[in-house]
Amino acid sequence: MKVLVPVKRVIDYNVKVRVKADGSGVDLANVKMSMNPFDEIAVEEAIRLKEKGIATEVVVVSIGVKQAQETLRNALAMGADRAILIEATADVHQDIEPLAVAKLLAGVVKEEAPGLVLCGKQAIDNDMNATGQMLAALLGWAQATFASELAVEGDKATVTREVDGGLQTISVKLPAIVTVDLRLNEPRYASLPNIMKAKAKPLAAKTPADYGVDVAPRLSVVKTSEPAGRKAGVKVGSVDELIAKLKDEAGVL
Amino acid sequence: MAVLLLADVNGAELATDQLAKALTAVAGLGPVTVLVAGPAAAATEAAGLAGVAKVLHAEDAGHGLAEPLADLIVSLAGDYSHIAGAATAFAKNVLPRVAALLDVMVISDVTAVVDADTFERPIYAGNAIQTVKSADATKVFSVRTAAFAAAGTGGAASVETVGAKASDLSNWIEDKVAASDRPDLTSAKIVVSGGRGVGSKESFAVIEALADKLGAAVGASRAAVDSGYAPNDWQVGQTGKVVAPQLYVAVGISGAIQHLAGMKDSKVIVAINKDEEAPIFQVADYGLVGDLFTLVPELTAKL
Repeated sequence: MKVLVPVKRVIDYNVKVRVKADGSGVDLANVKMSMNPFDEIAVEEAIRLKEKGIATEVVVVSIGVKQAQETLRNALAMGADRAILIEATADVHQDIEPLAVAKLLAGVVKEEAPGLVLCGKQAIDNDMNATGQMLAALLGWAQATFASELAVEGDKATVTREVDGGLQTISVKLPAIVTVDLRLNEPRYASLPNIMKAKAKPLAAKTPADYGVDVAPRLSVVKTSEPAGRKAGVKVGSVDELIAKLKDEAGVL
Repeated sequence: MAVLLLADVNGAELATDQLAKALTAVAGLGPVTVLVAGPAAAATEAAGLAGVAKVLHAEDAGHGLAEPLADLIVSLAGDYSHIAGAATAFAKNVLPRVAALLDVMVISDVTAVVDADTFERPIYAGNAIQTVKSADATKVFSVRTAAFAAAGTGGAASVETVGAKASDLSNWIEDKVAASDRPDLTSAKIVVSGGRGVGSKESFAVIEALADKLGAAVGASRAAVDSGYAPNDWQVGQTGKVVAPQLYVAVGISGAIQHLAGMKDSKVIVAINKDEEAPIFQVADYGLVGDLFTLVPELTAKL
């Protein structure tokens, strides 16, 4: 069974996000970019399925700017076999919307015929939490979102999902889309030899036209603003003073 | 204009508070029809909320599984300009599937409805607020309920039955409600979190003792999770859970950007840290500088 993993290049989670002065978005020029942390978990899970002999090949795909090659090379260094880059824009500030991404991925799925697509549950930039569910809809496949456990047996996958207040276990018919949550695994770091080897792994370059998909956005950004800031408060001298402040001033105890 | 609002049913219970807050969010967009996929009692309860024009009741469409529920919503969609739900795990599972079937974008975690086409939502875990205008014929969106007051009761909407078709794509096996006596991290009124400064898995007992005294949920920074001091599902931050309790107590947490992104909307923040230069003090309402292993047990004892 082939496993397909879409990965997104996003601002590194340790970088302070700055809103552009003209309010058009967040400044992404010359900031450190990394693989979306949830996508790293998806790549790790796919590699583990291959190590267990369940997956035969792990294909990673990224959609966006040319620089997403680096993200794909990182996934290849972790252990993915092959990569596809769909260069959908030359502008680092243009986010391709989940609906367009899902349509492109549906095109990739038709060519590659994977038995399972593993996605991060959301990207930490637009926080939309939508691509996996949208891809499942377009393909008419089953979906299992927010997975913290995954077991693949024959033509079914059993998935434990992180839902509000607990866990839900469902079984989905394969092929299916599984979106992954934090607890599923701890992604590995790529070793230096594997980083070197990844440079020789195949990376195919495509465009949205190859899949006949229009990536024009449906949502236009009216403005982007900084959230209301917090001011530093006071330092208290003792535990007693802290308790008094919380009771009398803040009223939270 | 008319709104179809998806009610969240957990097990057999209507998530009334979530629905009541979502009702407030969509109130200005036209008459609201609530869709309840679950037991009849949940539909009756929804009909009693103020501002509900009508309730559509579908016998449980398979424990809220996305595939049959999305098909049901799409079959009803023609009558509505807006399809919405509270931004819970339940709605976030279903609504994007609905949107793609309708060939429209979904708009997640809306914190303000500006007009019929325009919505505010946080991006980058709340580090920026974006206002977006939708060009789609039907608007499909989820509402972050913490931003809205709950609608009251006193409604008397009619309840109509609609038929749902089962799907063979997925099957429900079981629901496990969290066994912990502590409140859920994302809905707790008080959260006590520990960071790398706690130093070990065993020492986290100090954090847990304070949390239990306060009836609080326990959280952790990514540094503490990465060091193996705390399980991953306790992680508060951009790559973990985003929380906004009444009181957030950060113990031994320096205040990395990715952690602040997950807790800076808390009403009151307390920081306890031995490093008086730690960035956490820049967002804390009350800071206490000193050794957490002395201060936290003292605080627990005196509360």
